[in-house]
Amino acid sequence: MKRIIVIALNTFKENLRDKILYNLVFFALMLIGSSVLLGSLTMGEQAKIMKDLGLASINLFGVLIAIFVGIGLVSKEIEKRTIYTIIAKPIPRYQFLLGRYSGLGLTLFVNTAIMAVGFVLVLLLAGVGLDMGLAKAIGLIFLELLLIVAVAVMLSTFTTPTLSATFTLAIYVIGHLTGDLQALGDRLENPLVSGVLNVLYYALPNLAYFNIKSEAVHGIPIAWSYLLMAVSYGVTYAAFVMVAACMIFQRRDFK
Amino acid sequence: MKPLRINGLTKEYRIGFGRRSVMALDHLDLEIEEGEVFGFLGHNGAGKTTTIKLLMGLVYPTSGEAWILDRSIRDVAVKQYIGFLPESPFFYEYLTAEEFLVFYGQLFGIGGLKLAKKIDELLELVSMTDARHRPLRKFSKGMLQRIGIAQALINDPRLVILDEPMSGLDPIGRRDVRDIILRLKHEGKTIFFSSHILPDVEMICDRIGILVKGRLKAVGTVQELAGASSVNSIELVVEDVSESVLAGIRDLAATVMRRGNQILIKLDDEERVNSLLDLILKQKGRVVSLTPHKRSLEDLFLTESGMNRT
Repeated sequence: MKRIIVIALNTFKENLRDKILYNLVFFALMLIGSSVLLGSLTMGEQAKIMKDLGLASINLFGVLIAIFVGIGLVSKEIEKRTIYTIIAKPIPRYQFLLGRYSGLGLTLFVNTAIMAVGFVLVLLLAGVGLDMGLAKAIGLIFLELLLIVAVAVMLSTFTTPTLSATFTLAIYVIGHLTGDLQALGDRLENPLVSGVLNVLYYALPNLAYFNIKSEAVHGIPIAWSYLLMAVSYGVTYAAFVMVAACMIFQRRDFK
Repeated sequence: MKPLRINGLTKEYRIGFGRRSVMALDHLDLEIEEGEVFGFLGHNGAGKTTTIKLLMGLVYPTSGEAWILDRSIRDVAVKQYIGFLPESPFFYEYLTAEEFLVFYGQLFGIGGLKLAKKIDELLELVSMTDARHRPLRKFSKGMLQRIGIAQALINDPRLVILDEPMSGLDPIGRRDVRDIILRLKHEGKTIFFSSHILPDVEMICDRIGILVKGRLKAVGTVQELAGASSVNSIELVVEDVSESVLAGIRDLAATVMRRGNQILIKLDDEERVNSLLDLILKQKGRVVSLTPHKRSLEDLFLTESGMNRT
């Protein structure tokens, strides 16, 4: 456990010293800030536009960081051969992987928190009221990021960074459309194709569960029971992906 | 208890879509004695790095087994006693030298004052105390190699494994690494390192092993392998010799060349050195230099592979 923390903190330090991250967070804050201008152009809808744009920015930049740092998390270590000296230390491979994952998780947590604080400040300055729905929406965005990182890490344990970025991005997009996959499968006559679509529906992460942005923007209440279900789904899915990642990572040769 | 015991260690890689098989290491048997410096020699691609990667658990053997201090290399805990420096290492360049060593120390579960003291000691050993707070990204290749060695010693290992520790370094860098290895030997550590540069190996190794195309061709002391008969020719440079002596030299030597005041002499036969020196010194001639040209590693390899064919 102690070794996982050592790796995680080092990963966090690595992320902190990476300038790209600051740029991304800076742009996110700019975008959130600019929502004031956009909102003021629209009569009556200012609050909704600001919330909408703010949540979308947090989500978009979070996903960008998750994918692009996530795919490099392991593959960069292999490519740069920094992993050689780590594997040579008395630390099991799965602990290294979990440490890297937790480190990026911590970075994403801090990033999301900074963006959330910026978001709240902008809303307060514009005199828009806050509510619990926004916090719930941001919480689920963070959970979605953790799941995406798990997928990116899993893919990057056995493919190149380019391929894992492409796949992760694809899974992210499809993950938001899995409902359509099932709907399509139900309408098709061919049992084989609809069977395949059904399998895909259950195998791929259903990221739509984590998207409660429009409910939050429009002030539609989100039940705690729904939140609990979404959290359990996300945590279980990410755990399964990480177990698979550890198993692949344990077997591979570092040529 | 041997620091390192290898028994039939084999690694077969499958490459490409055809899954063509390549034998990187073929049934390696080897034992390393406590406290010795062992040089593992071979051309690029001979299987040195593969062997080391197998020992460190970076790749898994196709067959065979190895033990470090009587414990299987499959046991992660055995790494507690090993120090390892990979070939042309890359490290976390965003860390400073000190942070870097703290990180590796913590991976061994060392911390606090004990770690701080160890880091001071190691920075001193690799003469990097001044670079303590400098990020690794600003290090030269020689400095990276030295901080890499410090990293390998953070746990006070009993067995130190170095992969090509001197490659890519300038003469001063190579001398530094050689000195560090000798100091470690003096402290009673066992050192196993790979190299393809014979002079480096000759100077510091107790024993060497020669690897050719994944097979261990010879193991022994440097003298045994590249020993007495290995001197191919001897070159002398002398000064202040009279014409009469020069005539005598011409009888003994294969080549005699005049370069201004100096005379360059090449001998094919080691036996004649003494009589030649007698001749020169008696007539108050001055010997500027005497260089034996030994068989190169290349020749040694060729002989080893040749022996295999017959």
